[in-house]
Amino acid sequence: MPIVKSLKLIGHRTINAVWRLGYASRFFMLTLYYSGASFRRFRLTVKEMFSSGVMSLIIILVAGMFVGMVLGLQGYETLKRYGSESALGSLVALSLVRELGPVLAALLFASRAGSAMTAEIGLMKATEQIAAMEMMAVNPIARVIGPRFWAGVISMPLLSALFSAMGVFGGYVVGVVLIGVDEGSFWSQMQSSVDFQHDILNGVIKSFVFGVAVTVIALFEGFDAPPTAEGVSGATTRTVVQSSLAILILDFILTAFMFRGE
Amino acid sequence: MTSSEALVEIRDVNFSYDSRPILKGINMTLPKGKVIAVMGGSGCGKTTLFRIIGGALKPTKGYVKVDGQKIHDLDQKGLYEMRRKMGVLFQFGALFTDMSVFDNVAFQMREHTDLPEEVIRDLVMMKLHAVGLRATHALMPAELSGGMARRVALARTVALDPLLILYDEPFAGLDPISLSVVGNLIRRLNDALGATSVIVTHDVQESLKIVDYNYFIDSGVIVAEGTPEQVRASDMPYVRQFVNGEIDGPVPFHYPGGDYKLDLGVQA
Repeated sequence: MPIVKSLKLIGHRTINAVWRLGYASRFFMLTLYYSGASFRRFRLTVKEMFSSGVMSLIIILVAGMFVGMVLGLQGYETLKRYGSESALGSLVALSLVRELGPVLAALLFASRAGSAMTAEIGLMKATEQIAAMEMMAVNPIARVIGPRFWAGVISMPLLSALFSAMGVFGGYVVGVVLIGVDEGSFWSQMQSSVDFQHDILNGVIKSFVFGVAVTVIALFEGFDAPPTAEGVSGATTRTVVQSSLAILILDFILTAFMFRGE
Repeated sequence: MTSSEALVEIRDVNFSYDSRPILKGINMTLPKGKVIAVMGGSGCGKTTLFRIIGGALKPTKGYVKVDGQKIHDLDQKGLYEMRRKMGVLFQFGALFTDMSVFDNVAFQMREHTDLPEEVIRDLVMMKLHAVGLRATHALMPAELSGGMARRVALARTVALDPLLILYDEPFAGLDPISLSVVGNLIRRLNDALGATSVIVTHDVQESLKIVDYNYFIDSGVIVAEGTPEQVRASDMPYVRQFVNGEIDGPVPFHYPGGDYKLDLGVQA
């Protein structure tokens, strides 16, 4: 009976997905509950910020620069049709601060730092380091997961801000230095059109939410990975796929709440 | 084995994974100051028993008392308090790969005590000296051989002078020299600390050299027990097969199956 078999398979996968969602939620709650050590012993969190944040700087800065340069070129081509080249600064800055900075920085963070977190935690589990910690009466959620979670959450808005800053610089290089848009109008238009609360703060909120989503997914996948080479590689792949989808879906939801097409 | 000064009491312990029974009515008494081996073939349930003693698994029936307390009745705080009195050596050491040898041994001291860093340094050096690896304190686990990693893990296991030390296959994958060194250290450290050690292993020859008492587990039940002398002199078929590594016997060479002739298509 292939239909019954298919239905059983769908049912099994649905139950499994709901079970994993519940387990992940519990994992997230436990991470928050045991976060005290991450702040009392802040050096643990700082160490992880170096691994996840500082080590992601190169890819974030280079990507930000090139995205800004492409925005400069494309923006100039479009604005020129309407004789609004002077608004290039606004276009570049608003695109980056509101949207591209948080989203692209989070996508890069997921593939660079998120996958590394999953692989590291997964291997710690496979080599019984997590079990050893537990047997030493040290809570692995507090000692291993907490500092990595907060490192990711703190790093994400900072990386996003740096991405946007480099993007603006890239847009300036292409727009002002190479194409010849007036430097004064480039910066003044940007200054007058970018609102701190409406644009920058909303961008920071977005990157904070993305930071929470990416690090929770990465840490949970590592913690839940089967302790085999295949299990860890599968978990790493799932981290990148799920984080990317979560970022894009959350971006739409947040944008709908923040800007509403007004 | 009975003793009025038992550190671990295991009474009628049963354990099942889903509906598959792994342990069936295990009874053991592990006295203070002794080294006890729990032996048996792969999949006999000895690692499950090891995990039950450590509080990582809960028996479906029966109980395990460690230092007078039923370990599976403890809440997380109580369990962690109990685990501070335990040391566990995992099969391949389970050293923290992102920490140096020094930091691995210092880990529990930093987590559970308020000792100043100078005192921790002295203690770590003493523990490393006891396993003969003081000079490796600055190395990372990846720079150690398998035998050295096991000895560093041993130093980490006894870092807080535990009452009970659990060893999960401590001899697995070691060359003969490392095997003797680790075996000797297990005995010496146990005697120096006055602790109780439980070794879960299938390495008969090395275990018989260092332990005070042996339990043999097969298919989830204790099939034999005794001192090393009793084990060597035993004429029980299972013990003989296990100690001498005989291919066939109570543990069959062939996985149970149907008639061989039928599988070959030959009429009986």
